[in-house]
Amino acid sequence: METLIILLAGFLFACGFFLILRRNITQVLIGVLFLSQAANLAILAVSGLGTGISAIVQNGAASPPSGHADPLPQALILTAIVIGFGVFSFAVVLLKKAFRDLGTDDTDHLNKADF
Amino acid sequence: MEFFLIGLVAIGVGTVIWPYVAKTSAPWAGWLSAVAPAAIFLWLLTQAGPIAKGEIPSWSGQWVPQLNVALSFRLDGLGLLLSLLISGIGFLILIYGGAYLKGSPHAVPFFVYIQLFMLAMLGVASSGHLLVLFIFWELTSLASYLLIGLSHSELKARKAALRALFVTGAGGLALMAGILLLGLAGGSFDLHILQQNGDAVRNSPLYPAIFVLVIFGTFTKSAQVPFHFWLPDAMAAPTPVSAYLHSATMVKAGIFLLAKLFPVLGGTAVWHDTLTLTGAATMLLGAVLALAQTDLKRLLAYSTMSALGTLVMLLGIGTELAVTAAMLFLVVHALYKAPLFMIAGVVDKAAGTRDITQLDGLGCQMPFLAGAAALAAFSMSGIPPFIGFIGKELLYEAEINAGGYAVLVTCLGFAANAINVTVALKVGISPFRHRGRLREINPKARNLTLLIGPILLAVAGTIVGIFPAILGDGLIHAAVRDVTRHEPHVHLKLWHGFNWVLALSAVTVAVGVILYIFRDTVRALARVAVHCFPATASEMFDATLAAIIRLSASITRWIQHGNLRLYVAVVLVCLCGLVIAALASTPWTLAVPGSAVRLVPMGIALLIVVSGITAIQSHSTVMAVLAMGGVGLGVALLFAFFGAPDLALTQLLVEILTLVLCALVFRQLPAIRAISSASERNIDLILSAVAGAAVTIALLAVRSAPALDSGRVSADMAAKSLPEANGMNVVNVILVDFRALDTLGEIAVLAIAGMGVAALLLGSGRRDLRAELAIATPLFRTSVTWLTPLLLFMSVVLLFRGHNEPGGGFTGGLLAASALLLKRLAESDRPLHGNRTPLLLIAGGLSAAAISAVPALFFQKTFMSGFWLEGSVWLPFVGKTKFGTPFLFDVGVYFVVIGVCLLILTRLLRTEEPRKVRVA
Repeated sequence: METLIILLAGFLFACGFFLILRRNITQVLIGVLFLSQAANLAILAVSGLGTGISAIVQNGAASPPSGHADPLPQALILTAIVIGFGVFSFAVVLLKKAFRDLGTDDTDHLNKADF
Repeated sequence: MEFFLIGLVAIGVGTVIWPYVAKTSAPWAGWLSAVAPAAIFLWLLTQAGPIAKGEIPSWSGQWVPQLNVALSFRLDGLGLLLSLLISGIGFLILIYGGAYLKGSPHAVPFFVYIQLFMLAMLGVASSGHLLVLFIFWELTSLASYLLIGLSHSELKARKAALRALFVTGAGGLALMAGILLLGLAGGSFDLHILQQNGDAVRNSPLYPAIFVLVIFGTFTKSAQVPFHFWLPDAMAAPTPVSAYLHSATMVKAGIFLLAKLFPVLGGTAVWHDTLTLTGAATMLLGAVLALAQTDLKRLLAYSTMSALGTLVMLLGIGTELAVTAAMLFLVVHALYKAPLFMIAGVVDKAAGTRDITQLDGLGCQMPFLAGAAALAAFSMSGIPPFIGFIGKELLYEAEINAGGYAVLVTCLGFAANAINVTVALKVGISPFRHRGRLREINPKARNLTLLIGPILLAVAGTIVGIFPAILGDGLIHAAVRDVTRHEPHVHLKLWHGFNWVLALSAVTVAVGVILYIFRDTVRALARVAVHCFPATASEMFDATLAAIIRLSASITRWIQHGNLRLYVAVVLVCLCGLVIAALASTPWTLAVPGSAVRLVPMGIALLIVVSGITAIQSHSTVMAVLAMGGVGLGVALLFAFFGAPDLALTQLLVEILTLVLCALVFRQLPAIRAISSASERNIDLILSAVAGAAVTIALLAVRSAPALDSGRVSADMAAKSLPEANGMNVVNVILVDFRALDTLGEIAVLAIAGMGVAALLLGSGRRDLRAELAIATPLFRTSVTWLTPLLLFMSVVLLFRGHNEPGGGFTGGLLAASALLLKRLAESDRPLHGNRTPLLLIAGGLSAAAISAVPALFFQKTFMSGFWLEGSVWLPFVGKTKFGTPFLFDVGVYFVVIGVCLLILTRLLRTEEPRKVRVA
């Protein structure tokens, strides 16, 4: 299963790479989002997927049930998702401003002036 | 020694206080600031006796014990000599400078920088540790830069300041490297120990490198050929600065360090040859260039350069006689050059020009100034009974006994000395000679305070000339002893009887006078000689600098081309290269341990793949955004399936907010269209496929690493989660307790990103802007009225139960933000401007998170470890809940997330054109 999910993450990476190589800023933005999704998925898969038991201690027990998923990568991914959202909104707003000030949606023409 | 250090501190405090006084009265600032250096000077005089006997005052304090760096000060004979010059001339310069800069806008910065410089210079003279010395050394370069550039509105001054900074700064860098190597070779940075380990350093394989670096550092500082050009240019500084830094003190720092390191580096053939020849060349070049000048200050500057050459040459010769001559000349030069500079400043003020061809007849109007000038000029010419005479006698004696280079250095020395006599007459006599013409004198120059420094120094030069034992028995003796490291025989006498040296002295003066009489012809000849060179050293330096800047600009243009796609492509190619290099350099196997393949995730994966393909193929914005949502949803489902409910929740909520964000922004952007050509697309497709494959292989290789599944740190965390952190949801416990500091950093990043977005969107500042995208149907409004409180309540429940069940600050915050956004969409009429709520939420959240870290500080526990209240509370919808600092932390996270989301999204609601699009 891990191999397949890693392959899936790799596919998402490739899609993201392709999209941020576009000249259209909307596609570049979607590419940025794809890359962060791919990275999150990759972290999860590389650390092992387990059998789907979450790392939550059941009532009366002292520690999570055996075979639980690794909580540490999950904690990493959780903050990564939220920060990814922050970064994505920053990129969106930046490119929106670039479009408004420079009047082009073509990244090849975004190098013409400082704004 | 404590007195000396307190004096240093007093000067340091003075850099802050006296400039304020200078704001109202520069002369007062001059007098007041002179107190500390004058006190140091007097204390140093009392120390001369003990130091001559070998009692070295020292003080040492801890600084960086881990690196064995002590803040150590040590005043040996050499340090005492230089410190006396710095403090003695220094306090006179401060008094003079106060009067000179009266009413000038430069007075305030002058008093800051000059005292800083004085402090640094005294530090150089008294440091007992090479690294401490280096820091003070760099400080002198910096202060010199600021002082040369005092008149920063003039291009000339800025250029001169930059040149000086570049040259001395480059020298400082070299010196630092040299000092580090020296410490390595000599086993210590302590100067006292180093001076005893001279043989170890000289025999070390590092010696050539140390030598080159240290010589570069000192030669640039002391303006030796070919780094001499910055010194005459530095005359752009006000005269008090030139008199102090660029004649008497800073330029002597290089000489001082050479003398200080003489026991460590000196005595080798390369030392002897390099110093003697460079010194002699500088000595001659300075003298010849001086002949071509008409500006008083430039004349003095070139003669200073000549004097510095003489000093380096004497240290190169290195006999006891030569070192004695050098130490004496160090003092002699300061005693006549500083007053001459100060006099040049007064002359400039009085007559409004420094051009010697236009100056005459000042003598009868300013008799005291003329008298001081004459005394200093005679000393400089080497006429008895002035100290300059003794200096020159000793100089000739050292040159004649210089061994292999005796003939060369004696001839060059003779030429330089003769020209020195001419310069002395031009500066000290010519402007004052009466030619029957009275000129207008600027009354500002008739200020007795301006005369104190020149007169005192000139008289001092005369007194020590008549009674040379004052200098010789104590100061010079001790300095020579500490340079040569054996007991010297110093007996300074004014009269040596009739001998060759005396004859040479007499001829020197005669030739100098002749050169003075025919000064116009000589100047013309010197100008012709100077013009034989294609460019001056300054011009060559500027040209080199400009070429370097052009080169770096063209490299920058080549690398920073501004094409976004090319940047990405370069990054991707490098990524592939890195992966290949990493896989090639370490052995690895492709054996991915994994769980069984199951059907449900395969279905979700299919959804993601289809969405991905749609996203890259579609030319419709709507389809692309939908595909993006599909991928996000798929990933969230995968998280849910693989036992990560927190992630699934967060991902879903973020997905909703992202969709809103895209809806708000993308409709303001043009529709996606195919801009790139088919071939470009194909190249990009190949590149992305290869890069994707590289990442995949790297991930598989990491997953195959055998150590990956054993001894994980998270096993420990899972075991301790409930007993030690009172939390059943291990993911949340990690976030708010075990790794809380990381999370604190992450929410800070989030806050910064949010504020960055807000700053970018500040825009028009119009007060009447309203939400542009308003879904103001009655049905929507009514449902939102009910829905928002419900959603907010749910978000609070998520927050409270997060420690034990899926949820927590992040998910709760995202849900609350969605609810508030919904409410905002329904309220089309409220103005958007001036809403500070999001910023307050962010500030409050960050504060709460930071406050939660405080209790641990008071109980000396690990930073950010949790504190819990006894017992637990039963809450509806949540269950049994314990409260403690990690919960407070989570509340902080909750508010930061809400604040950031609102900050970004509410600001995006408006556009520049206040048009209303109603989505009904």
